Amino acid sequence: MIRLVKRPSPSRFWTYATPIFAVLLTMVAGGFLFAALGKDPFVAIKTIFFEPLFGKNAFYYRSQLPIKAAPLVLIATGLALGFRAGIWNIGAEGQYIMGAIIGGGVGLAFYPMETRWIFPLVIIAGAFGGMIWALIPAFLKTRFGTSEILVSLMLVYVAENLLASMSIGLLKNPEGFGFPGSRNLSQYVSTQNLEIWSGTGIHSGVIAALIAVIFAYVLLARHQLGFQIRLSGQAPKAARFAGVNPNRLVLICMAISGGLAGLAGMFELTGPSGVLSIDFNQGYGFTAIIVAFLGRLNPLGILAAGLLMALTYIGGDIAKSSLGLPAAAILAFQGMLLFFLLALDVLTNYRVKVKR
Amino acid sequence: MSGALLALEGLTKAYPGVVANDDVSFAIQPGEIHALLGENGAGKSTLVKMIYGLVKPDKGTMALRGALYAPTSPHAARSSGIAMVFQHFSLFEALTVAENVTLGMESPPPMKDLAKRITEVSHAYGLPLSPDRLVGDLSAGERQRVEIIRCLLQDPKVLIMDEPTSVLTPQEVAILFETLRKLSAEGTAILYISHKLEEIRSLCHGATILRRGKVVGSCNPREKSASELAEMMVGVALVPPARKGTAQDKVALNVENLSVASPNPFGMALKDVSFSVRQGEILGIAGVAGNGQDELLAALSGELKSAPASVDIGGQAMGATGPLDRRRSGLVAAPEERLGHAAAPDMTLVENAYLSAATRRGLVKSGFIDWKKTEALAAEIVKDNDVRTPGTHVAARALSGGNLQKFVIGRELAQSPSVIVVNQPTWGVDASAAAAIRQALIDKAEQGAAVVVISQDLDELLEISDTFAALNAGHLSKPRPTEGLTIEEIGLMMGGVHGGTA
Repeated sequence: MIRLVKRPSPSRFWTYATPIFAVLLTMVAGGFLFAALGKDPFVAIKTIFFEPLFGKNAFYYRSQLPIKAAPLVLIATGLALGFRAGIWNIGAEGQYIMGAIIGGGVGLAFYPMETRWIFPLVIIAGAFGGMIWALIPAFLKTRFGTSEILVSLMLVYVAENLLASMSIGLLKNPEGFGFPGSRNLSQYVSTQNLEIWSGTGIHSGVIAALIAVIFAYVLLARHQLGFQIRLSGQAPKAARFAGVNPNRLVLICMAISGGLAGLAGMFELTGPSGVLSIDFNQGYGFTAIIVAFLGRLNPLGILAAGLLMALTYIGGDIAKSSLGLPAAAILAFQGMLLFFLLALDVLTNYRVKVKR
Repeated sequence: MSGALLALEGLTKAYPGVVANDDVSFAIQPGEIHALLGENGAGKSTLVKMIYGLVKPDKGTMALRGALYAPTSPHAARSSGIAMVFQHFSLFEALTVAENVTLGMESPPPMKDLAKRITEVSHAYGLPLSPDRLVGDLSAGERQRVEIIRCLLQDPKVLIMDEPTSVLTPQEVAILFETLRKLSAEGTAILYISHKLEEIRSLCHGATILRRGKVVGSCNPREKSASELAEMMVGVALVPPARKGTAQDKVALNVENLSVASPNPFGMALKDVSFSVRQGEILGIAGVAGNGQDELLAALSGELKSAPASVDIGGQAMGATGPLDRRRSGLVAAPEERLGHAAAPDMTLVENAYLSAATRRGLVKSGFIDWKKTEALAAEIVKDNDVRTPGTHVAARALSGGNLQKFVIGRELAQSPSVIVVNQPTWGVDASAAAAIRQALIDKAEQGAAVVVISQDLDELLEISDTFAALNAGHLSKPRPTEGLTIEEIGLMMGGVHGGTA
C-alpha cells in the first residue's frame, strides 16, 4: 500500500525539483502522445524544445521568445499575487482584452495627432481598462460574497463580445475597406511599441514584465503588503488576527492583477499585434495561470516558466508546420505540464511511504 | 495476575525517532476503574490505540481473561468486548440520537427496538436521554452520553474513556462518575485516561503512571496526594505558581453590554457581556466549550467589531476598531487555536513573530519589514520562554503544541501590553510548560497588566485568578472574587444560574 505522510516542514529539495521533474515527465508522456499520433517522439520533442533556440532559423525564433513570454510573465506575476492570497482571478484573458480596448481606444482617439505624450497615456489607459474589469468581480465579492472565480471567468466572454463589437463598430478602421479590425496602432507613430534594440524582440512590454517581476519579488519578500498576501493565503484566520482586512486585500490583488493583464493587452496591441480585431486574444490570460503555477507563484520562477511556456508555443508552432502535429496535441502537451507539476507538488509537503 | 480481566505484557511501540511505549505492563481486574496517568506525549494514546486495535504493537502481548488478545481493528476489539469513548465526539449534528447510535453498529436492530433499548439503558445508568432528539440540540454533556450509550449497548467488558470530563460542568462530572461506579459494580473494567488528579483520586481504584513511554509507577491513587501524583507524572517536583493579589484601582479594560453575533453558523452570540479588569488583576472566565469563548476573544482582540463604547481600553472607546488599533492601545490577545489562528502553520517562527508583534515592536519602516529586527525578536521570544526548537527559521507546525504555545504567549507578552487576553492558554500543553505559561501571566499582572484568562480548566482558573466569572450560552455571570468560591457555586455559574448573593 502506498501512503502519503505529511512532512513536518515543506521539503526545500522538492520545492525546486518539482518543476524540473514536471518538464521531464511531460517530455516522456508527450513523447508517447506524439508516438501514438505516428510521429517520431524524439524529433517532435527536439523540434519543440531545441529548434527555436538552436535550429536553422533560430535567429528569428529567438526574438519571438521575449515577445511571447512578456505577456505571460506580466499577467502571471499579477495573478500569482492574488493566488498567494487565496484570491482566484481566472479572468485575466478578459482583462487583457479590456486593456487593449481601452488603451487602443484612447490612442486612436488622438489619431492622427503626433506627440510623444500619447503613448504614456495609452499605457495608463491600458492598465486602467484591465483594472476596472478585474474590480468588478472584486467589488461583487466584497459586497455580496460572490465567487470571484465565476464572475471573473464569465467576464472573459463579455469582454470577447465587446471586442468583437468594437472591431466591427466603434474602433473599426475607416480606411479598412470594410474589413473588421482597427487601424494598425504599431504603424501609428504616437502609439507604436517598437523593439528597443532591433532584432532582439525586446519591446516596452518586455521591460514592463521585468519590472513587474522585480516589483513583485520585493513586495513579497520585504513589504508588509506582501506578508499580508502570503499570510491570508496560508492562514486566513491568522491574517484576521494579525489585523489584515480581507476585503481590502481582495480589491488590491484584483486591481494589481487586472492592471498588469491590461498592460499586457495594451503592449501586445501597440506592438506585435498592431490591430484590434475579433481574434486579437490568443489565450495568454489562461496560459498565464499555468505559468503562475509552473513558476511556483514565485516571481522569479514565473520569469523562467514564462520563457519555458513561450518556448513550447514557438516550438509547438514549428512542430505544427514541419511535422504536421495537430494543434490539439500541442495544447494537450502544455496541459500535461501543469498536470505533472500539480501532481508532483504533493511531494513538497508529503512523503511517499510504501507499506506492505 | 491470573484473575486479571485485561493484562498487558511488555508492550512496545516505536515510531521513527521516538519510542512511544517501552515495555509497558499492567493489569486491570474486573470491575476496576484504572487510571492511566501521564503528561501529553507520555504515550497514553498510543497505548490505548493498541488496546483498541488501531495500532499494532512492535513487541509484547495482551491477554483478555487469560486468552491471547491481538486485535487487528477496532471492529475486532469491539467484538471482543472492548469499547472506547473518544475525547472528540464523532456525531452528526443533523441526525437524531438513535440514528447516530445506529451508524456505529455492525448490524443495527430496527429503529423502534433500538430507541427502546436506548431509553432503557440510559435510565438504568442514570444518563437520561431521549432517542429522537437531534444531536445538534444537545449539550456537550448530553452528546457524551450518546457516545457512552453507544458503547454500553455493546455490553463491553472493558470501557476506555479518554479525558471524558474536559467538556463537562462539575455537576455533569458527578453524574458521569455515578454511572462509571455503577458499571464498575457490575464488573465492567474501566480504563480512565486523564490528567486531572483530583478526579482520579476520587474515582479510580488503581493507577498506572506513564512517563516518556515507560511505566514509572503504579499506585492506589486514594492513598496519594495530588501533588505526589503530579510529581510521579512529571518526574520533578512542581512549584505551584506563586500568586498574591496585585490588583490596583485603575481600570484597564472595561466591557459594557457587549453583544455581537458569531461569524460562525454554529457559534454562540455574546449577549450583554459586562465586566471590568483593573491593572494587576487576573480575571478568570470559565465555561464549557462552545458557550462564547472564541467569540469573546475575537470581540476583545478586534477580530469582531461591536458598538464603540462596549469595549473600553485604558479609557478609550475601542469597540468599533480592528486588531491593529486595539494593539496600539495596549491590548494583546492569544486565541485558543494555535495553528492557523494564533500562528500560521507553514510560516517560520520569525514570520510568526512579525504576525502580531509588528505594530508594538516597530518592525515596519515605511511599509517595509525590518527582518533583522524581527529575527532578533523571534530569538528573544525563544530564549526568554524556553521554546525548544532547532532555530527560528523552522515552520511553526514543526513545533510541539507546548513549545508553540510558549512561543505564542511569549510573543504577546513581549509587546509590553497593558491588557492581555488569552483563551485556553495551557490546553494540550505538558505540565511543566503549563506552569511556565501561568507563571508568565502572573508576572505580567504583577507588573501592572490586566489579564483575562478564558479557560475550561477550572483548576487553572482557581489557581491564578483574582476574580472569577463564567460564560454560559453567550451570557457572562457577574464576576466574583475567586477566594471563597465553592465548587457548587462555580458549577451553578457555569450552568447559567447566576448567584444572587454576590
